[in-house]
Amino acid sequence: MSTRIFGSGIKRREDPRLITGEARYTDDIKLPGVLHMAVVRSPYAHANIVGINSSAAEAMDGVVAVFTGEDVDLAGIPTAWLIPDSDLKTPEHPALAKGKVRYVGDGVAIVLAEDRYTAQDAADAVEVEYEELPVVVDPEAAAQDGAPQLFDDVENNIAFRWVMGDKAASDGVFNTADVVVRDKIVQQRLLPTAMEPRSAMAQYNSATQELTLWCTSQNPHIHRFIISAVTGLNENKVRVIAPEVGGGFGSKIPCYPDEALVSWAAIKLGQPVKWTETRSENYQITIHGRDHIQYVEMAASRDGKLLGVRATVYAGMGGYLSTAAPGIPTILHGLLYVGPYMMDSVYCESIGVMTNATPTDAYRGAGRPEATFLLERMVDMVAKRIDMDPAELRRKNLIPAFEDGYEVATTLIYDSGDYPAAFEKALGIAGYDDFRSQQAEARADGRYLGIGITAYTEMCGLGPSQVAGAVGFQGGLWESATVRVTPTGKVQALIGASPHGQGSETTLAQIIGDELGFPVEDIEVIHGDTTETPMGWGTYGSRTTPVTGAALAQASRKLKEKARVLAAHLMEAAVEDIEYDDGKFVVKGSPDNFQSIQDVALMAHLAWNMPEGMDPGFEESQFYDPPNFVYPFGTHIAIVEVDANTGDIELKRYIAVDDCGPQINPEIVAGQIHGGVVQGVAQALCEGVIYDDNGQLLTGTMMDYTVPRADMFPNFELGDTVTPSPHHPIGVKGVGETGTIASTPTVYNAVLDALAPFGVEGIDMPMTPAKVWQAIQSAGS
Amino acid sequence: MWPNKFDYQRAESIDQALELIGDEGKFLAGGHSLLPVMKLRLSAPEQLVDIGRIDSLRGISANGGLSIGATTTHAEIAASGDVQSMCAALASACGQVGDQAVRNFGTIGGNIAHADPASDPPTVLVACGATINIQGADGARSVAAQDFFADLFETDLEDGELITGISLPNCSDCQCAYVKFPHPASRYAIVGVAVCLKMDGDTCAQADVAVGGATVKAVKCAGAEAALAGSTLDDTALNAAADMVKADIEEWLAGDVAYPEAYRQQMAGVYLKRAVKAAAG
Repeated sequence: MSTRIFGSGIKRREDPRLITGEARYTDDIKLPGVLHMAVVRSPYAHANIVGINSSAAEAMDGVVAVFTGEDVDLAGIPTAWLIPDSDLKTPEHPALAKGKVRYVGDGVAIVLAEDRYTAQDAADAVEVEYEELPVVVDPEAAAQDGAPQLFDDVENNIAFRWVMGDKAASDGVFNTADVVVRDKIVQQRLLPTAMEPRSAMAQYNSATQELTLWCTSQNPHIHRFIISAVTGLNENKVRVIAPEVGGGFGSKIPCYPDEALVSWAAIKLGQPVKWTETRSENYQITIHGRDHIQYVEMAASRDGKLLGVRATVYAGMGGYLSTAAPGIPTILHGLLYVGPYMMDSVYCESIGVMTNATPTDAYRGAGRPEATFLLERMVDMVAKRIDMDPAELRRKNLIPAFEDGYEVATTLIYDSGDYPAAFEKALGIAGYDDFRSQQAEARADGRYLGIGITAYTEMCGLGPSQVAGAVGFQGGLWESATVRVTPTGKVQALIGASPHGQGSETTLAQIIGDELGFPVEDIEVIHGDTTETPMGWGTYGSRTTPVTGAALAQASRKLKEKARVLAAHLMEAAVEDIEYDDGKFVVKGSPDNFQSIQDVALMAHLAWNMPEGMDPGFEESQFYDPPNFVYPFGTHIAIVEVDANTGDIELKRYIAVDDCGPQINPEIVAGQIHGGVVQGVAQALCEGVIYDDNGQLLTGTMMDYTVPRADMFPNFELGDTVTPSPHHPIGVKGVGETGTIASTPTVYNAVLDALAPFGVEGIDMPMTPAKVWQAIQSAGS
Repeated sequence: MWPNKFDYQRAESIDQALELIGDEGKFLAGGHSLLPVMKLRLSAPEQLVDIGRIDSLRGISANGGLSIGATTTHAEIAASGDVQSMCAALASACGQVGDQAVRNFGTIGGNIAHADPASDPPTVLVACGATINIQGADGARSVAAQDFFADLFETDLEDGELITGISLPNCSDCQCAYVKFPHPASRYAIVGVAVCLKMDGDTCAQADVAVGGATVKAVKCAGAEAALAGSTLDDTALNAAADMVKADIEEWLAGDVAYPEAYRQQMAGVYLKRAVKAAAG
């Protein structure tokens, strides 16, 4: 047997084109006669539009047209996650504002011009008269009586009120518990900051009535669905192509006005239309993440049994409800409230509030980081209250190992887990038992070390379509894939998902190579074009490897079965006598008598000599609807040192033990964990949107908004355990978001541990040096 | 990133540059202060006169003191042996501007003409007694760095005048250092402190101190200087100087939501001590 390609850390096949600049992104695609679109955006967060005068803009050389909200006859941009039993309001989101703007950056008019500079000049020349209205940015404030109202039909700006759990039972637990801890936690807004800003270009053929839309999408089939609905074109006349997409982190899931507007303008004007956002626009109008104000409590017994958690969450939705927004602080959040612990009582009331800010939606982790954070924060607070070591408290409460299903109080059925194993492994790597004495010695020297621990599990690999329907997601969550083998034995794998930086072309090729024995170099994974690829719901929620990967594994297995039968026929042997060995179909006991997978593929295409009833060709397709979510888990530990003179935080060590089941490519798994940890640590330490009271974005450029840099981080110390998912064809779980989910509370708790001698109880994130220093001063006084 | 329309002309000489520049024009050297604000349409000059290829504006010469041409890049200054030996703090500060790509293009003249209060080189120039050399249609003049920086993004430069270079006294018998607390996003100084010490054995005979980043302009700090001079730079002197520096910058303090004035003022004290320790080695 040769070395299995499954489990091998081969280099990412995507990288040569990415690092040599040969990758072709949306903005790289040039069409003759293309018009450039610039959007006139509101400088006010809340205002009535009194009048628009575009005559000066229209008179400029090179300007083809200016359109306002009154001109554009598109249906509203839909919200596609209609969570049930929440009195959900879905106020209209017009592609261009009509009568009123609701956040800074809301589109008011579009300019179409022959070059990008002229488009921008003309956009600046469009005169818009506004009548300013009172502004509210804070989601809790926006939900109060008397707050400025964004929509007439959304009372108190409350778009939904979602409740999970039995309030009376929860109250009973909290009323009788020995210990209740509580905190107000602010999950600040974050900017997804994908390396490639968003871009869209549309071309319309009036003779065939076909629209082609190139755009930065994580889910081109969903984009096709929505663009079809918004424009009124038949879905089979809309082709959406996501060429190379430079990262998304969730921000390229939604359908935005801009994609609809280039489509509309291309149809209207009969010329291709392109729009590419600037980084400033990206920060202003592309969705933000998080924005929760959480009032959280945890109940426990005096001897350290966790009894329950409850929370009221005000989730800022921004000026409009983005595509998946209602599902994020509800389904993807509350259902995670048990975490990895034996805890029987959960209650969550999540209030989605419209605010004069950029719409929020899924950002890496989407709801689950906010849940994990509040749990881990509460666990540390319980430990402090009952004077128990935080590791010991977690150890006491972790769910014991299980292999096939564990139902928790939120009604989820975790697939498999061995939380104690990952936990003890992480503590071992960290040298936890020695740390406390090092910490004490350092404190004696005036150095402030701290340690933070997060034990987590999360729900990903979204998900069973039946569940999607039950929770109001307006789509399925299955994936489909075709494995197509050419006559010369080369593989094209066509998938409906749309990877955009994850390395899935490599890992998915490894799955096929492992199932069928093709060299991985002979396998191309094709994605991102609704005409070329079969239907799929897209790449997000750590679902492409588990869901698409399962479809590919099963399609490959169908091909293998066909190959076995054909090989037996060609070698005049009984099918039962054919053994598969690394790409060869061998007659049992006769090792020289075999057909390679390539031989079989050729013969299947030639079809000169097929068994009775077998169709020609060598291609199989598979739809895969997962029977359950997958639940990766692990334990992360951070060690920090705080400079009490400046408040500066040094992350000295970061240990991550993650279990995503069998690892197809350990290097790519490590890469996902590295990137996720960096983004999560950044939420704790440096990233955070700041709006002023007028709704102006103060962190509107990379000079102000601190994305993390490599020099903030030590070398990560990674470990793993391997617990296969029992329901998955190859046992794998997703790993795209675990780092983000686990790392924010890990570092936060570590900093508070370091500051314990000062009596600091909490610091709003991001814990910048200025805030840490101020907290030390305030606590000390 | 789409700037407004502008005319572009390249000058071959200082005289030609001064002739070409119009009322709404700006000189363009490395472009690393000007172009970012133009790309954001925060600045929209109608005319750019490119001085980047005028040879006489570029280069470093050591002749008693240091002469640095206006279009000398930060990278060239940081790497210059003459600057490292005669004003190590300036080499250090120029080596901390932006990132390597910015340092390879951005020039010292452009930097100080822009007068960003959080930029690194101005703080050193004020501490080390630099002179800014300026030429206009009416002739040449020189002004002390301390007087050149007037306020937030404001200098002594008149319309149509061009910075031709910087002169620095020979500081090779001094011990100088520049230490900064960089903003985590922009890497501009939240606070930057430059000190230049003349030591007489273990005693500090003279101290020059300037603070930037925390202030609307680079500020010379007489109180801190007095607290250091005559001391052995012991903890008592350092603490006194740290207290004094906070008072020295009081009237010039600047801050923002993320890093307020009060925090920056305190950090000036912390970083003053670090700068003195770095200079004293």
